[in-house]
Amino acid sequence: MGQTIAEKILSEHAGKQVKPGELIISKIDAVMVQDGTGPLAVNEFKKLNKTKLFNPERTILFIDHAAPSPRKELSNSHTVLREFAKEYGAVLSEVGEGVCHQRLVESYINPGEVLLGADSHTCTSGALGAFATGVGSTDIAVVMALGKTWLKVPSTYKIVLEGEFSKGVYAKDLILHLIGLIGADGATYKALEFTGSAVKNLTMSERFTISNMAVEAGAKAGLFETDEKTYEYLKEQGREDKFKEIKADSDAKYERVININLSELKPTISCPHTVDNTKTIEELERTQINQVYIGTCTNGRIEDLRIAADILKGKKVKEGIRLLVAPASRKVFLEALKEGLIETFAEAGASIVTSGCGACVGVHAGILGDGEVCLATQNRNFKGRMGNTEGFIYLSSPATAAYSAIKGYIADVREVL
Amino acid sequence: MELKGKAFKFGDDISTDHIAPGRLFHLRSNLPELAKHVLEDADPDFASKMNKGDFVVAGNNFGLGSSREHAPQIIKIAGVGAVLAKSFARIFYRNAINIGLLLIECDTDKINASDELEIDIKQGFVHNLTQNIKMPITPLPDVMIKLLNEGGLIEHIKKHGDFDLV
Repeated sequence: MGQTIAEKILSEHAGKQVKPGELIISKIDAVMVQDGTGPLAVNEFKKLNKTKLFNPERTILFIDHAAPSPRKELSNSHTVLREFAKEYGAVLSEVGEGVCHQRLVESYINPGEVLLGADSHTCTSGALGAFATGVGSTDIAVVMALGKTWLKVPSTYKIVLEGEFSKGVYAKDLILHLIGLIGADGATYKALEFTGSAVKNLTMSERFTISNMAVEAGAKAGLFETDEKTYEYLKEQGREDKFKEIKADSDAKYERVININLSELKPTISCPHTVDNTKTIEELERTQINQVYIGTCTNGRIEDLRIAADILKGKKVKEGIRLLVAPASRKVFLEALKEGLIETFAEAGASIVTSGCGACVGVHAGILGDGEVCLATQNRNFKGRMGNTEGFIYLSSPATAAYSAIKGYIADVREVL
Repeated sequence: MELKGKAFKFGDDISTDHIAPGRLFHLRSNLPELAKHVLEDADPDFASKMNKGDFVVAGNNFGLGSSREHAPQIIKIAGVGAVLAKSFARIFYRNAINIGLLLIECDTDKINASDELEIDIKQGFVHNLTQNIKMPITPLPDVMIKLLNEGGLIEHIKKHGDFDLV
């Protein structure tokens, strides 16, 4: 019987042909934690009385959620990770190197692999044709020790993408539309597989944005097959030797098929306080904003910054509006510097903040005041997400965010394109 | 273990940000302190009002969002007897079982705030003592029951030296 991408990768890692719903023990190729979940994983790992990591070269610890540290307690958590990395030979990604999911796709994860991460947006690497999913610290502790875990093989929803985006509409609008369509628990326990004639035209950056938000519909993974774009991306990162063809069988069985024509999509916004509370820009009444945040693992890549900079070039952020820009990694930051994008942002009146998660997780560098409204390119707008339950978060594409920063309210970017 | 206590009602889509918010990120290294704020952003008085053994009762998709295991950890540390919901988000579900927090899937519409509940895991029902009705529980998968019975994932691995689930 034909298999989906998830079933194929998990079959290879379980050493047998697997079926949806089946409980398996899967080999895990790489494992990651970040500074919010890592110290607890270290603590649990130590309870197992193991003297070494199963695969230290592919145990990666990221300091990105509170980077640089705004408080002594968090500095001490960072010390825990640094000391653990040193003692056990794990890989450490330091302050300023970037958001874990961006760093993972840039440097660590390859097609066909299984990645387990103590962070829900681990699904980002699914765009590389890897089965990547988020779990908690205890699961990670056990994988660090044994190099394997138990998984239930998910059934798959096939998301068929056809057509082309119209002007002002991007991958972010597509994934927000999909989440609005099926709901925040619309794909709980399922794998999403993105396919259809439009996929070949999607850049890797766009695919990362889409896979990143699979979990916002409850999904366990958000997968793409690999193609020339995947190969080119890996080549740019100097690891084209890791390319592997990953593709579902033509007779694979899907639990549900959802068709989306990209040409019918409009700029889409998630409104407070759930990601599935979506409206098109036309349905949204004029919403004044206080802060705009462009960055994160969802939309902080060089392609996103180019789109935003194009709109902001020669313009000024509306008086009274704070625009924060956080390149997703140091690599992205350096590229943006070389291309003059950082200058464009600074001239427009933006603050450039350290590559990391800061404002999106409500830890520092962009906490909202009571009653304040933020338009962000991140993936979540839960109540309290940006550090204050009295704040209101809207989610959009980088283009909508950049244009709205100029206007001072959530605006339709198609007006200037 | 006796499972008897009062119901504290919450709505749908209670996220890990409601349970263990990012603004308290620095308390993650001090779980007993963080537990004093459990579910604070959904009900600011919950931690001070609840007694050991009481129940968190919610709607659909409880625990959506972040993979932070601190969320189920502090619910457990606060002394909550079990979380009852119509459905749970995937990562929260897995985390809760891994650390030994009991989750009950049932029709929570039939439970009002402050109802006295008694849970009988063996027989598979929730007894609403206030309304005198019994509600069936969706049985936990075998793997989850085994992990819970053995005290969570770490204890399971320590006992067997490896996974003994499949």
